Amino acid sequence: MGKTLFDKVWDAHIVDQIEGGLDVLYIDRHLIHEVTSPQAFDELTKRNLPLYRKEKMVATPDHNIPTKNQHLPIKEALSRHQVDKLLENCAKHDVELYGLGHPFQGIVHVIGPELGITLPGRTMVCGDSHTSTHGAFGAIAFGIGTSQVAQVMATQCLMQVKPKTMRITVDGELKPGVLAKDVILYIIAELTAAGGTGYFVEYAGSAIRALSMESRMTICNMSIEMGARGGMIAPDDTTYDYVEGREFTPKGEAFEAAKTYWKTLNSDTDAKFDKEYNFAAAAIAPMITYGTNPGMGIKITDNVPVSLGKGAQESFKKSLKYMGFDPGGSLLGKAISHVFIGSCTNSRIEDLRIVADYVKGKQKADNITALIVPGSKQVEKQAISEGIDVILKEAGFEMREPGCSACLAMNDDKIPAGAYCVSTSNRNFEGRQGPGARTLLASPLVAAITAVEGKIVDITKHLN
Amino acid sequence: MEKFEKVISRAVPLSIEDIDTDQIIPARFLKATTREGFGENLFRDWRFNEDNSVKSGFPLSNQSFSGSILVAGRNFGCGSSREHAAWALADYGFKVVVSSFFADIFKGNALNNGILPVQVTDEFLAQMIAKIEADPLTEIEVDLDNQSISCGEIKTDFEVNSYKKKCLQNGYDDIDYLVSLKDKIEAFELQAITI
Repeated sequence: MGKTLFDKVWDAHIVDQIEGGLDVLYIDRHLIHEVTSPQAFDELTKRNLPLYRKEKMVATPDHNIPTKNQHLPIKEALSRHQVDKLLENCAKHDVELYGLGHPFQGIVHVIGPELGITLPGRTMVCGDSHTSTHGAFGAIAFGIGTSQVAQVMATQCLMQVKPKTMRITVDGELKPGVLAKDVILYIIAELTAAGGTGYFVEYAGSAIRALSMESRMTICNMSIEMGARGGMIAPDDTTYDYVEGREFTPKGEAFEAAKTYWKTLNSDTDAKFDKEYNFAAAAIAPMITYGTNPGMGIKITDNVPVSLGKGAQESFKKSLKYMGFDPGGSLLGKAISHVFIGSCTNSRIEDLRIVADYVKGKQKADNITALIVPGSKQVEKQAISEGIDVILKEAGFEMREPGCSACLAMNDDKIPAGAYCVSTSNRNFEGRQGPGARTLLASPLVAAITAVEGKIVDITKHLN
Repeated sequence: MEKFEKVISRAVPLSIEDIDTDQIIPARFLKATTREGFGENLFRDWRFNEDNSVKSGFPLSNQSFSGSILVAGRNFGCGSSREHAAWALADYGFKVVVSSFFADIFKGNALNNGILPVQVTDEFLAQMIAKIEADPLTEIEVDLDNQSISCGEIKTDFEVNSYKKKCLQNGYDDIDYLVSLKDKIEAFELQAITI
């Protein structure tokens, strides 16, 4: 029987197999940030263990940092302490660090790919569930807890039960105004927030193949929102073209040799998946979420459901109460006060271009506060070189400095209690963007149009 | 890690599905650089109002419920990989979480912190919650050695990975085991395709 892409990469990284069906899996690259690493470094110290392979690690602060005046010391004491701790730990263990002000600093899942740290066939982990992003390159990438961060620091390995495999195929052509974010919100709505738990997903089909690397990253990024540990896409010319020439991508002959290997990384035609789903690209429309988990998504023109399947009723009612929406009601015309464009899901140059293209020559509505936060210093630099910053400013948007920002309400960027925010981030959990904040997840295009209109609209009537 | 002994305790019922780790411990409390003290903010925004007054009606704030077992709705621990969620549950005093389905990363984090995730059927979970809500003094017994859980007169078995079971019973953690594989890891590095 043939092997899946996932099997090929996984099997190539098995160091040992132990009782209970656990594999000792070798990890090629380990990304760390300030929030989930301090206790792991302490664990090494406590156990008197050295850092095993510092050259396979990269660190950057992203979650906690302000997105204004990054050249000044961080005002908030606890955040400053946590970022200082990262600096201190990286200096002590000689780990490559891109701190505030460094031209490579940014959201950990944005900088990995743009620096060529993320490559096909690699195993990658980070103490962050959106590590699934890197699977867009045909890497096995997944989020881990801090105890596991310490394990990788000490041994470059993890003990894992091999997940089951799922293939999600999307064939056909996407309709105008439908972006990668809509595709993944649609898939999660179909499968539910727990539909992928226990699985590693491969995204396939002509609609996926047609996507750029940045769009593929948006898809893989949200695999965790249906419970899947990760998602991956087989590498192809789009992938090779993207990675070639980047800072840490192998060069010259080494690149050609790597490419020869990468070309073997696809699912064999006779490979069997534990589960398969097929969707038609033409069935997907611009999406938005109405509830408090990412599985609670609808086409923007559809009504909020009247109920959810058996069992989930309590959570469904609680969720609508929190959001202030009625079962069976429409979201069209709903006034919005905040628009957030950013996060590891949608903060890359392609996302900023989509927003700038739409808002050029337009004005945000008076009732809207619009925040746009590039994913990295490199994205920010590119945006400025293209004049995107000026277009956004003229449209009344505030462009900030790179970081996780209002995705998770850990830094200064928060959405006020009760306020509605159309957000390009990945989670609409209660309080995710600030205590009491109400999040509606959507694509950068939906976010841009909402900012201009000041309310939820059928965006297909507003395309440029 | 402490050894996991048999747990006989009352339980706190939380009949909400899809409880994500942002609810278990909101991101703004993740700024500590040690593992201690997270219990105080466990389910912070469900337990307390913005002015820090106690929200009524939430089971953790209901004094009739107590114990070291949390019984929660399907898909517990989804979302963020933050191990702080497991630290907060442990710090608050929970040793067992019972649900009919667990998110992967949370399950791993719980096991790495000596918290036993016990997965039961939807039906058994519903019965447990009904019993505890009807009589908060109901005693639950969680027996890891025999992989069984009883709640009043109802009883069922549960699965646990055999390696992880041994770790819990003996208080071992993965890091000790992985460090003992150093020779194998070095040998792997020499022969592996590394790009």
